[in-house]
Amino acid sequence: MEPKLDLPPSKPVLEIEQEREDDLGGRRLVVNFGPQHPATHGTLRAIVELDGEIVRSMALEIGYLHSGFEKIAEYRTYNQTVTVTDRMNYLSPLCNNIGFALAVEKLMGLEVTPRCAAIRVILYELSRVADHILSVGLQAMDLGAFSVMLWTFIERENLYDIFEAVTGARLTTSYTRVGGLFRDVPPDFEEMCRTFMAKCGKSIDDIETVLNENRIFRDRTVGVGRLSKEEAISFGLTGPLLRACGVPYDIRKARPYLGYDQYDFEIAVDDEGDVFARYRVRVKEMREALKIVDQALRALPQGPIWVDDPRIVIPPKNADNAPSGGMEGLIYHFKNYMLGHGVCPPKGEIYFATEAPNGELGWYLVSDGSGRPYRWRVRPPSLYNYQAFPEMCAGKLLSDAVAVLSSLNVIAGELDR
Amino acid sequence: MNIWDLAKIVFVIALVLQGVPVLVWLERKISASIQGRIGPNRTAVLGLKAAGFFQPVADAVKLLFKEDVTPGAADRFLYQLAPLFVFVPPLLVFTVIPFGNRIGEEHLQVANLPIGVLFVMSVLSLGVYGVAFGGWASNNKYSLLGGLRASAQLISYELTLGLSIITIILMAGTVDMREIVARQTRSAFLSWNLFGGGNLLLLPSGLVAGLVFYVAALAENNRLPFDLPECEAELVAGYHTEYSSMKFAMYFMAEYAAMITMSALFVTLFLGGWHFPGLVDPADTSWIGGLLSHGVFVAKMGAVIALYIWIRWTLPRFRYDQLMRLGWKVLLPIALVNLLVIAVIGVAWGER
Repeated sequence: MEPKLDLPPSKPVLEIEQEREDDLGGRRLVVNFGPQHPATHGTLRAIVELDGEIVRSMALEIGYLHSGFEKIAEYRTYNQTVTVTDRMNYLSPLCNNIGFALAVEKLMGLEVTPRCAAIRVILYELSRVADHILSVGLQAMDLGAFSVMLWTFIERENLYDIFEAVTGARLTTSYTRVGGLFRDVPPDFEEMCRTFMAKCGKSIDDIETVLNENRIFRDRTVGVGRLSKEEAISFGLTGPLLRACGVPYDIRKARPYLGYDQYDFEIAVDDEGDVFARYRVRVKEMREALKIVDQALRALPQGPIWVDDPRIVIPPKNADNAPSGGMEGLIYHFKNYMLGHGVCPPKGEIYFATEAPNGELGWYLVSDGSGRPYRWRVRPPSLYNYQAFPEMCAGKLLSDAVAVLSSLNVIAGELDR
Repeated sequence: MNIWDLAKIVFVIALVLQGVPVLVWLERKISASIQGRIGPNRTAVLGLKAAGFFQPVADAVKLLFKEDVTPGAADRFLYQLAPLFVFVPPLLVFTVIPFGNRIGEEHLQVANLPIGVLFVMSVLSLGVYGVAFGGWASNNKYSLLGGLRASAQLISYELTLGLSIITIILMAGTVDMREIVARQTRSAFLSWNLFGGGNLLLLPSGLVAGLVFYVAALAENNRLPFDLPECEAELVAGYHTEYSSMKFAMYFMAEYAAMITMSALFVTLFLGGWHFPGLVDPADTSWIGGLLSHGVFVAKMGAVIALYIWIRWTLPRFRYDQLMRLGWKVLLPIALVNLLVIAVIGVAWGER
């Protein structure tokens, strides 16, 4: 496929900030869309050149939420870095935890136990639901249907209750460790998930009832922000955005990890490539995710959650929160946490891609054989998705820009890292 | 001016102004129940929580004590003036609305102008100045866009509103507000203008006019799905982005006051005003009868407003061009054809 692009409507920030006169001597309105704006849901900045209400050109400026996560990781051990990953994505932190752990394990050549893998799959897919359901809700909110957003928040709260029971935290989960998990799931985990799935399925039905055939919602979304297959690919879009353009690309199918090839699910695809198609893809993905959770719960194996490798297994603690096994246990514990002893991947580098809710979340790690990453780089899907924003809005109305932006589901923490 | 007139003036102002907090509370409670929340329930006066009924009062007090910021580059004169311009018209319209039958010889209406409905239409159209001034004077691009959208929207939908009011004038054969209501009290529900004003042939036209009026009223009040001028997701808060403290409160109150007025207008023009068959006897001029008729009037307004709120918390909002298309290409032709139908039927089978 030869990508065919017209001149992109994005311009350098400085150029657009100077208000110029147009041919008729009238001034174009340059509006600062962010960094503090209700529609950005974070700190993004887009400088928009308006002709009346029509978007003529747009410049994006990123970096408002840059926190230096990648650099921070160079001063943390691998297991400490897990805590950095969940701060990068405030909608589905567990996906980041799991993706990072998988990348390090791949680098070390470790294979997690079946139980660990199944639990990770369940949490990964529940996080996908958490992301998508909020994304759909926010999209409806940006179009004025405020109630839908609050309905989706109810489901997300229910999900966070599960995450809290499993990981001990609602947002900063930090659940995975290299080679295993922080702890096993609680005994009533399956029951909690089943209760949630029943409720969530109904909520998704409700959302679809309100939005799918809603004339106003369709008018606002159908044909808005449309991208062709070729454009989507040349922008490097992934995830729901790419699939909404009719490209059935899903890393869970293309390069399965965590045993995703054993689960029966479909790739949600839509051909239209517009905002409505993205909404539909997200809704369908939520249903597929619930299907995967159902299968994983049914086949949840018993057994250990840690790999059988004493060098990296974090030793158990006793009731007093002290390492069990007396002096020997203490030494074992200490050795594991000592720099250069516990998790030390061999020299080398790895790129490991996971299908995060927003698209391809890639983890690039360079190891020099020490206990800390030599270089860590994340390929955030939001960064690539956001670059297509000006293209999708050119010549459209300002209101369309809002609809498009919320369909991108840009997560600023991940975008700027 | 006798004591009755003074009492009625005070009563009407109080009705609108006191209606605002009640309405805010109602909106927050109804939206909460739609969204699966509880809504305000903490504010208490003397330990009386009253399901958060005093929350709007607390909000108003908070707003009063906030700093009143005027942007440096604002057009100070218009900036101060604009909130007044939005706030006065809704109050002014209420002067000609009969809010009850009569007590003794006193009609429950501040003034019965012979031009009744025309007065309403002219005053209502003043509201656009407040919004346009506010958007312009703030010297803020979002405000300006909001103000522009508001001017275009209000003017466009005013036409539709006016046309559906004209259908009522044709049905009633008068512009006198008191007379319009009186004609709807002649028999049961079918004499309401919404149901054709007593002429069965006009039943469909009455319904269409009512629907068109209601939709246009939503747009006139900047309520969802037509709340483009403030459109929080795009324009932050639209024309009142820069307003703070009491000036913001004025805008806020004006929005609700306009809702009250518009629903009162809808009740008066379409739903038989203070009349309710079997409950209110038009011939009963005692205190009880008068108050009962007022109660019916307020109850009908409440029902109309509840529908407002329900719509707001259910629907997404239009895009600017879609809004214009709906106004000019859908509602206006419908209203025009409806007017024609009513005129023809009125000439052919009218009572006169």
